[in-house]
Amino acid sequence: MRRAGAAVELLGPLALVAAVALIGTVVSTSTETYVVNALVNVAIVVALFVFIGNSGVLSFGHVSFVAVGAWAAGILSMPVEEKPAIMPNLAGFLRDTTVGNISSLAIAAAVGAVYALVVGLPLMRLSGLAAGIATFGVLEITHNVLRYWETIGPGLSTFSAVPETTGLLQAAVGAVLAVAVAFAYGRSRYGRMLRATREDAAAARAVGISVYGQRLVAFGLSGALAGLAGGLYVHLLPLNAESLYLDLTFITLAMLVIGGATSLWGAVIGAVAVSGVDSVLAEAENGLHLFGRLVDLPSGTRIVVVGALMALVLILRPGGLTGGREVSLAQGAVRGLLTKFAR
Amino acid sequence: MTATVLGADWQTLADAVGLGAMYALMAVGIGLVFGVLRLVNFAYGQMIMAGAYALAFAFERGWPVWVGILLCFGVVLLLSVAMERIVFRPLRAHSPAVMLVATFAVAFLLQSVALLWFGSLGKIAASLASLNQPVTISGVDIRKISILATVVAVMCLLALVLLLGRTSVGLHMRAAAMDFRTARLLGVRADRVIGSAVLISGVLAATVAVMMTVQTPLVTPDFALRDTILVLAGVVLGGMNRLVPATLGGFAIGFASGFLGGALPTGQSQYLPSFLFAAVILVLLIRPGGLFTRAGRQAVERV
Repeated sequence: MRRAGAAVELLGPLALVAAVALIGTVVSTSTETYVVNALVNVAIVVALFVFIGNSGVLSFGHVSFVAVGAWAAGILSMPVEEKPAIMPNLAGFLRDTTVGNISSLAIAAAVGAVYALVVGLPLMRLSGLAAGIATFGVLEITHNVLRYWETIGPGLSTFSAVPETTGLLQAAVGAVLAVAVAFAYGRSRYGRMLRATREDAAAARAVGISVYGQRLVAFGLSGALAGLAGGLYVHLLPLNAESLYLDLTFITLAMLVIGGATSLWGAVIGAVAVSGVDSVLAEAENGLHLFGRLVDLPSGTRIVVVGALMALVLILRPGGLTGGREVSLAQGAVRGLLTKFAR
Repeated sequence: MTATVLGADWQTLADAVGLGAMYALMAVGIGLVFGVLRLVNFAYGQMIMAGAYALAFAFERGWPVWVGILLCFGVVLLLSVAMERIVFRPLRAHSPAVMLVATFAVAFLLQSVALLWFGSLGKIAASLASLNQPVTISGVDIRKISILATVVAVMCLLALVLLLGRTSVGLHMRAAAMDFRTARLLGVRADRVIGSAVLISGVLAATVAVMMTVQTPLVTPDFALRDTILVLAGVVLGGMNRLVPATLGGFAIGFASGFLGGALPTGQSQYLPSFLFAAVILVLLIRPGGLFTRAGRQAVERV
């Protein structure tokens, strides 16, 4: 029974990812981009979940790991002959090297992990508000440096000429990988120890768990997943420093919060649901024919709706849509309901 | 000829002081609410933005300056009270981190509402543009607004010191900031204290909005966003838990960014935000209580 329950916890999110990917195979090419984007969002939000969900510590900094991943994959996979035009000041080694698609993604994940570990080494001592502000500082610094330092990237320009390899398949594989890693981590000894520190840091310490050490492990792992997602993202569309900054931070945090920050199921469902709403609204901003009527929303509607949704969820249902619980069989759901009423 | 201090001329110095004064007011606005609610208001900049749009609205219709300023105060106060009722109050029981995320959402929400309503191009609020003219004091040109900002900030802070020190509502606020639960047990009314803190912080936001539109007459949806982020950093730098250190932190970061931004060549000043935020992170790690607090007031949880 326990094993079956665990299988459902993994299969639920995977089935959702697969369903989204299948939808992508039947829709038009322009809609397919939204589906692929949704899958990349799943990867980013799952990366966020691995740290925020399991540790209960807030991080505004994960988009900086997405950004360094995107930078690494973008720079290294761009054809050598294209580089001087877009990145004239690039350092020698980066200028003369080009790697394949898969290697660039692996490097993106590695760079994300290393950066997260370096940043986490001092920062993981902080909790609560201080952690929020400090990770926000990390986001600001990363954005500032990537935006102006042309030795390591395009600076203010956009990553054009990166091979657009992130189609439906690659995005789906990436999202599945992220979900599987997050699940395995959550079931592992480390994941359990970190969740113990989330529930009661003092009690966890009393049984010999290093809060700092466990948080650092999760931070590094989620940095790797975020870096991978960044690699997927840069292979999907031409990015620049602005597209990996506050807006992305906001929308991915909103996805996690709306879905339910403390469960993998919540992370995936939040990413899919908000991406869906966001895509429909984005289409509507360009004029959309819906049930024979032209819907034409002014630009900016998307963020208003997503922002309002996020605020509403935080106020009315702080556990998110899923209530922060994993997906379970009907029996489990009934039991959950019963214990809720028993309280 | 222009006199120089540390390689910068007097104008840069005066501008930096003016900016620091403005940031100090914002820091007080954020710090007051934080004191009673443990809530970092990320959406503070959007209140300033709303005030700036009110000024632009009045300017476009050619209304007199005082009407515009009145409208600005009205809009900002209304918004801050609404924000308290709709967002802060239901979230009061939550952890500071959750409240930070919530105000982050509100900030984006308000910014997009402004985008929807007024478009991305921006409106002009230039009814006080004459204050941007320099005045010559013993051979040195200083913009009037830099002087005005400093004077207004000092006056506001003095008024606040009197309010907090000499009135009963000020006493209640200080008590609530020390220990909210005990203060309530001793008969301090929570809603009243929070309401007054939010109102005062709204008044400060409106004041900042008026002064900021003089320096940046173009009002866009992300008006004051960068400034708020910097002020938040400054508040942490100074010390969140006490009002005076928070204010000093706000002033310090405003002065530093104004002074270094004006004095350094572009090649270096573009990395200024990195240095400021690196300093913030360093302070959080080494002196979690803040730079301008006495040692021993550990308030930040550590692991």
